[in-house]
Amino acid sequence: MRSFVPSRSSLLMAPALAWLTALMVVPCALVLALAFFRRGIYGGIEYSFTLENFGLVLDPLYASIFLNSARIAGAATLIAVVIGYAAAYAIAAAPRRWQPVFLFFSVLPFWSNYLIRTYAWIVLLNREGLITQLLRWFGYTGEPPSMLYTEGAVIAGLVYNYLPFVILACYAPLSRLNPELAEASRDLGASAMTTFRRVILPLTVPGIAAGAVFVFVLSIGNFVTPALLGGGRFQMIGNLVYDQFLTANDWPFGAALAMALIAIMLLVLTAQALAADRAAGRVAEAKGGADD
Amino acid sequence: MTATTLRHRSLKTSAIALGLAIALSAPAAAADLVISNWDGYMAPDAMAAFKAATGVSGEVVVHATNEEIMGKLVASGGKGYDVVFVSSPFAEVLNKLGLIETIDHAKVPNLANLYPEAAKLPHDVGNNFSVPYTWGTTGLCYRSDLVKTEPASWNDLLAPSDALKGKTTMLATDRWLLAAGQLAKGYSVNETDPAKLAEVKDLLISAKKTLLAYDDTTFYSKLISGEALMVQAWDGWCNYGIAENPQIKYTIPKEGSDLWVDTMVVMKASANKDAAFQFINFMLDAKNHAWAAQNIDYKVPNKPAMESLPADFLAKFPNMSMPVAELVKFEQLRDVGDAQRDYSKIVSEIKAAQ
Repeated sequence: MRSFVPSRSSLLMAPALAWLTALMVVPCALVLALAFFRRGIYGGIEYSFTLENFGLVLDPLYASIFLNSARIAGAATLIAVVIGYAAAYAIAAAPRRWQPVFLFFSVLPFWSNYLIRTYAWIVLLNREGLITQLLRWFGYTGEPPSMLYTEGAVIAGLVYNYLPFVILACYAPLSRLNPELAEASRDLGASAMTTFRRVILPLTVPGIAAGAVFVFVLSIGNFVTPALLGGGRFQMIGNLVYDQFLTANDWPFGAALAMALIAIMLLVLTAQALAADRAAGRVAEAKGGADD
Repeated sequence: MTATTLRHRSLKTSAIALGLAIALSAPAAAADLVISNWDGYMAPDAMAAFKAATGVSGEVVVHATNEEIMGKLVASGGKGYDVVFVSSPFAEVLNKLGLIETIDHAKVPNLANLYPEAAKLPHDVGNNFSVPYTWGTTGLCYRSDLVKTEPASWNDLLAPSDALKGKTTMLATDRWLLAAGQLAKGYSVNETDPAKLAEVKDLLISAKKTLLAYDDTTFYSKLISGEALMVQAWDGWCNYGIAENPQIKYTIPKEGSDLWVDTMVVMKASANKDAAFQFINFMLDAKNHAWAAQNIDYKVPNKPAMESLPADFLAKFPNMSMPVAELVKFEQLRDVGDAQRDYSKIVSEIKAAQ
């Protein structure tokens, strides 16, 4: 019997492996290969080896688009983490039987399509939109504020769409936190602020890191939100990749850009994994301490 | 007029939705003919009428942008398609790639319906490989009730008065975006001289600071709602705004416009070329071609079709009556070959500029 166990587990693994290979590994390898060819004069692919696409990625123009995307994604991440952590903290502190209800409401927006949720922001923010109408209803007669097609609108859209990830990621460690740890800290004379800063926050770093990475990675590659809420006035790296494939017909350069973006995401994910590892060590220590 | 159901040219939003999933496979061909066209760009019952008239069955597949269908045709060598609708610079490229068939004029007698000027278009003099389906201009579409003075120059859009700042949009598709700057500077819309392109770039970066947005698909609704007061627009799309609000007007700036032409081509890989020519002939029938003019509000290069348009329709959309001789004075967008990479880079620079 025992000898069947590994083969059964590999049998169970097979569909997942086949799925990943067919839909992740092979397409990524194809895109990577594409990056080493030339763009044909009429937009096709010329199969001669070159590194010029990667050289072009380093051009100051494209490097600045990468930096700008990282800045916008960073701002969205920071805001989402602050709001999401506070929300998760409040949910974890609510009576047990209400917690599932609050969690349900925080993920409810996911049940509608991303595009539709983003369009809702256009309805809210445009110059003749709901917010302007509300202001007028309160007697405001001046020029309507410009809210749509700004960097703020892009960041708001990203925060709104990815906030549930942070709430869920932070709720998990917060809800499992042993309340005796906080009590012990207070008994030993720490203020509420110190207790939060020295006890609760360090123990929930893995959740924060996981939520932050979700928001950052999804934001930096996003192209729908900047296109719709930025009115095409804010070029993010996702838009650049999209344009190379679908308007410039420059697939090799688009592929090189996509590879650079994947490399950045892998770096961020590795950093997160390292941070989570270190924090997990701390959690184990704290748990050991609490059990004594 | 069901203009709102129409989404031609560069349908950004649905293209975005579909962006990651460009299917490279050719469509299954159960019908005799496979035709790829923009959504809503021909009569919904065209294929049924064609079958009734000729006995040939056809299947219509839809592309959202020229670039999308080009990607498929270049990747598949054109296999799986018989007739494709593309804008003229793309027809030019397909011809240079050897993917499209020479038009057999003997099999398309309705070519006689075309204006003589439509057979002399610089991208394909003599209609050797492409047959024009619609044509028009790119100009300024504006709210005449809210804009004090009628715009006369591209500079009225690129360096707008204070009242218009933050209330203008420009097209996002690179060739038309650049064309606005090229025309304002008095250059060709196919200019490739780097020094001149740098000037165009600087002009368009300064214009960006005054824009509400870049918009290829909803600019006319922004005019209707009053979010925008003046937009760069294709004439036919401005008509969609005019249909909803007669205060919306279209004008061609004094520096001119490009002449855009959408065409029909027959793929060399087609196994059914005679039927393909039959289909093109059918579309050039005066009645069928008039459908396009009256329902998509674009000018068509078909003389009897244009002459059959009702007077109230022409009164509603004044740009439909533009004389052909005036229209063909404008320069067509041509394929710029290797300079396309420079064009793309300039557009990225403009869009990335803060």
